[in-house]
Amino acid sequence: MPNIRFRLNGVETDIDADPDTPLLAILRGELGLTGAHFGCGAGECGACNVIVGDHAITACDTPLWSVADKDVTTIEGLGNAQRPHPLQRAFIAEQALQCGYCVSGILMSAAALLKRNPDPTDTDVRTALDRNLCRCGSHNRMVRAVLRAAAEIRAR
Amino acid sequence: MTDKTPSPSTPKLPPSLAANPMLSSWIRFSPEGHVAVSPGKVEIGQGIVTALAQIAADELDVELARVQMVPASTAGSPNEGVTSGSLSVQQSGRALRHACAEIRQIFLATAAERLGVETDVLDISDGTISGPGNVSISYWELAREVSLDRHASPGAVPKASTQRTLAGNSVQRLDIPDKVFAHPRFIHDTPLPGMLHGRVLRSELSGATLVELKEDGARTIAGLVAIVRDGDFTGVVSETEAGAELALSALRKSAKWSSRATLPDEDGLAEWLKAQPAELTVIASKRASSPPEKTRTIRRQYTRPYIAHGSIAPSCAMAQWNGDRVRVWTHSQGVYLLRADLALVLKIPVENITVEHMEGAGCYGHNAADDVALDAVLLAKAAGSRPVRVQWSRADEMSHAPFGAAMTIEIEANLDAQDEIVDWRHSIWSNGHTARPGRADLPALLAATELAKPFPRAIATNPSQASGGGADRNSVPLYDFPSWQIESHRLTTMPIRTSALRTLGAQGNVFAIESFLDELATERGENLVEFRLRHLSDRRAQDVIRAVAKRAGWKPARRDGTGYGLGFARYKNTGAYCAVIAEVESAQDVRVKRLTIAVDVGEAINPDGVINQIEGGAIQATSWVLKERVRFDRQRITSNSWTEYPILRFSEVPEVQVEVMARPDLAPVGAGEAAHGPVTAAIANAVFDALGVRLRNLPITRERLIAAMELSS
Repeated sequence: MPNIRFRLNGVETDIDADPDTPLLAILRGELGLTGAHFGCGAGECGACNVIVGDHAITACDTPLWSVADKDVTTIEGLGNAQRPHPLQRAFIAEQALQCGYCVSGILMSAAALLKRNPDPTDTDVRTALDRNLCRCGSHNRMVRAVLRAAAEIRAR
Repeated sequence: MTDKTPSPSTPKLPPSLAANPMLSSWIRFSPEGHVAVSPGKVEIGQGIVTALAQIAADELDVELARVQMVPASTAGSPNEGVTSGSLSVQQSGRALRHACAEIRQIFLATAAERLGVETDVLDISDGTISGPGNVSISYWELAREVSLDRHASPGAVPKASTQRTLAGNSVQRLDIPDKVFAHPRFIHDTPLPGMLHGRVLRSELSGATLVELKEDGARTIAGLVAIVRDGDFTGVVSETEAGAELALSALRKSAKWSSRATLPDEDGLAEWLKAQPAELTVIASKRASSPPEKTRTIRRQYTRPYIAHGSIAPSCAMAQWNGDRVRVWTHSQGVYLLRADLALVLKIPVENITVEHMEGAGCYGHNAADDVALDAVLLAKAAGSRPVRVQWSRADEMSHAPFGAAMTIEIEANLDAQDEIVDWRHSIWSNGHTARPGRADLPALLAATELAKPFPRAIATNPSQASGGGADRNSVPLYDFPSWQIESHRLTTMPIRTSALRTLGAQGNVFAIESFLDELATERGENLVEFRLRHLSDRRAQDVIRAVAKRAGWKPARRDGTGYGLGFARYKNTGAYCAVIAEVESAQDVRVKRLTIAVDVGEAINPDGVINQIEGGAIQATSWVLKERVRFDRQRITSNSWTEYPILRFSEVPEVQVEVMARPDLAPVGAGEAAHGPVTAAIANAVFDALGVRLRNLPITRERLIAAMELSS
């Protein structure tokens, strides 16, 4: 098996696996990181979104080889209860979810947006999240939470 | 007002507590300073565990942080049936409130004895019971001494609404931090030690029989533990999830299927429903004292398609055998009901089966959660004593799980010379709206129909009107018409599998009733709000309609391509009141711009939780109305991906404003299903306001809009 190396949440990571294995299977299987969720396996729902470089991508249909030597950030690398990312704080403040299965993917799409555009409009946020599906109908709360996080980051 | 909390002068246990009277099954105190609260209802993303924690903390006078919510398990939780129908606050909430009120009194009495004072001089603050002269003792200190292994007694009096500090206030949901920080909480994310992975092979054809299967390919896949076959039920067990997927795909390549199933013609669905063998039930009948004088009759037909639950997570379960006993982890809505069906299939006593709840994604009704639990149990038989985790594919989730039933609804009204309604007839043709597990002598689980000795597929039925009704839910008008006849035709064939989807038949019926009334009132040239108000004698109904009209500035001046529509219902005619005004814009597509909503749920335990549920229901209903329709040809469900079954996206979601009526002294009811019917009707009525055409078939798509415009021009 070829060895593929990438930076996962800032840590150099080596994986021996078939290079065509979906990144999501590696994250959830070998690496035990269950924050990125399986939703459809076809890149259609965004529940598995992670950030590669500066962009959110669907990990379920991204082959391992394509992230070689790149920076991969998952929800586990975004923040934690001790050091929450402003987006995580804002999602709690706005109670911006119902079941929450889609939320880790949505947080990653939103984090990628805020890297590119620290001052997004409501429409910018909706456009950035348009490939993420939410079935519970928490969309508007999520948009409010992203705008709130953006304001917090700008105020720093 | 008839539905006030029963007065203390007629003591009676709340039904859920009467069915599960042992106090210790609901509440336990730990010496470490926690209260374990164990409801029979489960979290499905609706925030119920937080509302129940609020109720318990309030009644016991402890901080919310001390409350630990125990997931439901057949190993000891109260049996509260299924978490559905917006009933959890009514059922579990009332039981907990009553149980906690009694437990509080038991502790007060014990503390009074220990402290040598009367109970009425004692106060409880965060679990510490204190009296005059700085004497105090706590729940935690008394926990070992006070046994709650006793039956609840009627007569315990919960606090008055004014004495509650938590219920009625918005609190942050207990489960949200874990979900935002991705701490494993979902069943999907919680591997068991030594766990194997299973997958089940199912044909894309409906009702297919496996004619040929070659196992050689799958046998070469690394990590394969077993190939399981029992009739048409076929699955693989592997050391790894990737291995299970590969083995499944090898099996799939070699599988040959045949199917005798014939699905209806999708384009003739309304007429197909009316032509099927059916069981007719008269739901309600009311005759005017004097025979009405009719001048003319208006008849309209409305339809809604099959609708998929479309959980974002494919269904998942884990099972582990130990000799003749099996333990099951599931996101089912009813652990005891699933256990009953598993016992039927496995032919073992229920005592040999333990079913434990773990959170899944929102399910919105009876999806494949229970089916996958049986899959896991069957595959785990080939795994010795190791646990097996099974997860469905997206395609199976969208084609083999039950759907919300398609409906044809006909309303006919007789009008007198003044165009007033003198007689009303409402007829429904639909498959039954529930085929949940644990309620019949046939199992409702998919794999049971696939075994070598198969069980017949259970045909979906309808709950009685007393239980809220099924296809007929919300078909009896809340309006004061002098005479009516409501009938439901339940199909006795079921080529497309149906079961409970959020609101059951209420979405279709409210859509039909409110569309019909809108049409009548418009023809009369009467204000749509006034028309409804003068037909409603229920004050709470009038209040939500007035509130939403005021909030939306009814009726805003119409601009080109913009329209406003109203919809109203009281869910199940016994639950939450909800009135909605929709604002739509229509260029090529219909776009819902804003939904303004007023809702009366009685006492709102967690007001922000209520708003969250109403917003979510409103957005989901908008998705149903504008986009959703299960697609099929004569052999298979074809809408088995998000591309083929699109749902509303962020850029398409309307602004939603919710006003919760202040009713702290009225019995609390659920909010999860209140908005769907009124939102559906409000959108359809707003489309008429904008474009002057009535869309009576859901979903309201561009194609249907164009067709309707052409017909009317």
